[in-house]
Amino acid sequence: MTNREIILGRIREALKITAPHPAFHDGPVTAPPLPASPQKWLPPVGGTLEEQIELFRRNAEDLKAGFRECTNVNEAGQYVKTLALAGGWKKIGLHSGDWTDPVARELGLPEVRTDGGYAVNDLESCDAGLTECEALVAQTGSVLVSAPGAGGRALSVLPPHHVVLARRSQMVPDLTAALQRVQEKFKDKFPSFLSFISGPSRTGDIERILVLGAHGPKKLTILLLP
Amino acid sequence: MNAHAREFNEAARQQTADLGQRDWIQKALAGYYAKRDEFKNRFSNWQGARDTAAAVKWEAVNHLDRYLDEFASRLEARGAKVFWAPGAQEARDYIVGVARQHKVRAIIKSKSMTAEEIHLNDALEQAGFEVVESDLGEYIVQLRQEPPYHLVFPAMHLRRQQISDLFHDRLGSERTNNPEDLTMIARRVMRRKYCEADMGISGANFAIAETGMISITENEGNARLTTSLPKVHVAIVGIEKVLPRLSDLALFLPMLATAGAGQPITCYNTLYGGPRQPGEPDGPGEFHVVLLDNRRTELLADAEQRDALHCIRCGACLNVCPIFKNVGGHSYGTTYQGPIGSVITPHLRGLQDWKHLSQASSLCGACTETCPVKINLHHHLLHNRRNAIHARPARLEKLVQTGFVFMMRRPRLYEWGARVGRILQPLQRLVRGTILDPLRAWTKTRSFPPLAEKSFRELWRERKKP
Repeated sequence: MTNREIILGRIREALKITAPHPAFHDGPVTAPPLPASPQKWLPPVGGTLEEQIELFRRNAEDLKAGFRECTNVNEAGQYVKTLALAGGWKKIGLHSGDWTDPVARELGLPEVRTDGGYAVNDLESCDAGLTECEALVAQTGSVLVSAPGAGGRALSVLPPHHVVLARRSQMVPDLTAALQRVQEKFKDKFPSFLSFISGPSRTGDIERILVLGAHGPKKLTILLLP
Repeated sequence: MNAHAREFNEAARQQTADLGQRDWIQKALAGYYAKRDEFKNRFSNWQGARDTAAAVKWEAVNHLDRYLDEFASRLEARGAKVFWAPGAQEARDYIVGVARQHKVRAIIKSKSMTAEEIHLNDALEQAGFEVVESDLGEYIVQLRQEPPYHLVFPAMHLRRQQISDLFHDRLGSERTNNPEDLTMIARRVMRRKYCEADMGISGANFAIAETGMISITENEGNARLTTSLPKVHVAIVGIEKVLPRLSDLALFLPMLATAGAGQPITCYNTLYGGPRQPGEPDGPGEFHVVLLDNRRTELLADAEQRDALHCIRCGACLNVCPIFKNVGGHSYGTTYQGPIGSVITPHLRGLQDWKHLSQASSLCGACTETCPVKINLHHHLLHNRRNAIHARPARLEKLVQTGFVFMMRRPRLYEWGARVGRILQPLQRLVRGTILDPLRAWTKTRSFPPLAEKSFRELWRERKKP
């Protein structure tokens, strides 16, 4: 017998006695179907895109992330340039993309591109990581990134400043909608990595005092493009 | 009384007398209460969310065979290696084997209570591997060579000066009382470790059956780095971590953050569904998932307490428990502290050895009330008490009870006993607290109320007299 069979056998044996369902105290009853979306219990989100953008802005601010709407990619490039000057960036990490390419051209800094693999120390010495994303979640102020859509796993966590370039059509109301979006996009071909990023890296492990930039980025900036 | 119970009593006695430390823990938790309530109130309906979360976990745990099989098959289809570990030894041996096979030099690890449960670090170190904890709190307690104080806040018992001294002694850093500077010291040390490590070990908060993924919740980014840069990733997952559908995370991620840390959402909630896939720029070439039973199936077989496997390890029950707040996390001597630890440890490590934890409760029910997945915690403590006494009746207690029943059934004997008691009580006062005191077990920490001068029956008889 394999370990798999041993454990599954133990489980099947254990489950021969049914446990009462939490909704019914008087013994086992057929369980009610699970709700398709838990939205009615979760924090409310407005129905229009403008309301969602506004909620995302408030949440991002609470999470100490930067958020800015840009009318076009040039404006985004200009804004990232001010960040680069203020932060004294000497080198940036990025992946090739519709938005990342023009913004990187605007910056004109030495680049580490992660597309075809990279040297870890090379990426580690970058001052910022420039990525795109899968979705923005209004309800939580989160950015959803994936390995194929954001230059892999490390680009969005290793450099000390993470800059996200997103489009308005990527704004979704809640986590359910964000997860549904990736399920529809990838179907059975899921990437090995998906992450909801909610603000810059943080810790409260010393006296429960909030410190930003524990291991990941100290700063997170999200730019919303048309 | 067994050795574990004696150790618990001794540690608890010392901790409860340490008023400074108790104040410290209360103060650390005060901020959590405020934030937890703030974000609970942002939910449209927190109680409705708890009901739904309990129903989802019930569905998962009561069809565990089906969901686990689905989870493992989907992961394997994407190239992950799934190892089913019946016990702690098999899990340790497997992970040490993976490290040997890849001839790893350095291992980086993110926080995992399941790894603590099987003492994984000890096993790897004995086999000659260096393991570094990357979560800041875990790193601090690792340097101090002590277990985590709390499921979620491993170093909550320490003051910044202690951490500064520790870093000074162990890392040679300058002393500082600034938490940010202390965090940056650890950040610099850890950056080197991430780049050098060739194996990363993590836990998992949820295992998604529908898509074959593990979900890891963290704030620091250490788990993301642990699982991005090394060439091998091993995740250790308790079999009860399963959720049926990907969309269930939409409920569980905000609830875990709110109940566990008083946050609306945790900074990083990451899904891992395999090793690096074709076309992906980075990620480990090998991804191992170790599914750990380690007597969880015994708890599963106890239908009455099966819901204890719904636990998502948020630590909310510890934070509200009057016992935890007074005896602290280390007194328990268990991997899982607080009410949930007191409920499950007797199942995972032996009822008779750990039954004393069932008494470490005021049965106030604060744990049950706060639990985001509605585990009936304080009733399970009573169930454990009952089961322990059924399995091994306490003879002396039984004798005392028999004597008590004998006396209570004979009114004259009772009356005579009360009269003798009234005569003897002043004598007891002379020896109170000494070894001669027959009531010592009671009077050590409490006063014994004086018996009334006359019983009700005596007063009644006197009144009826003409």
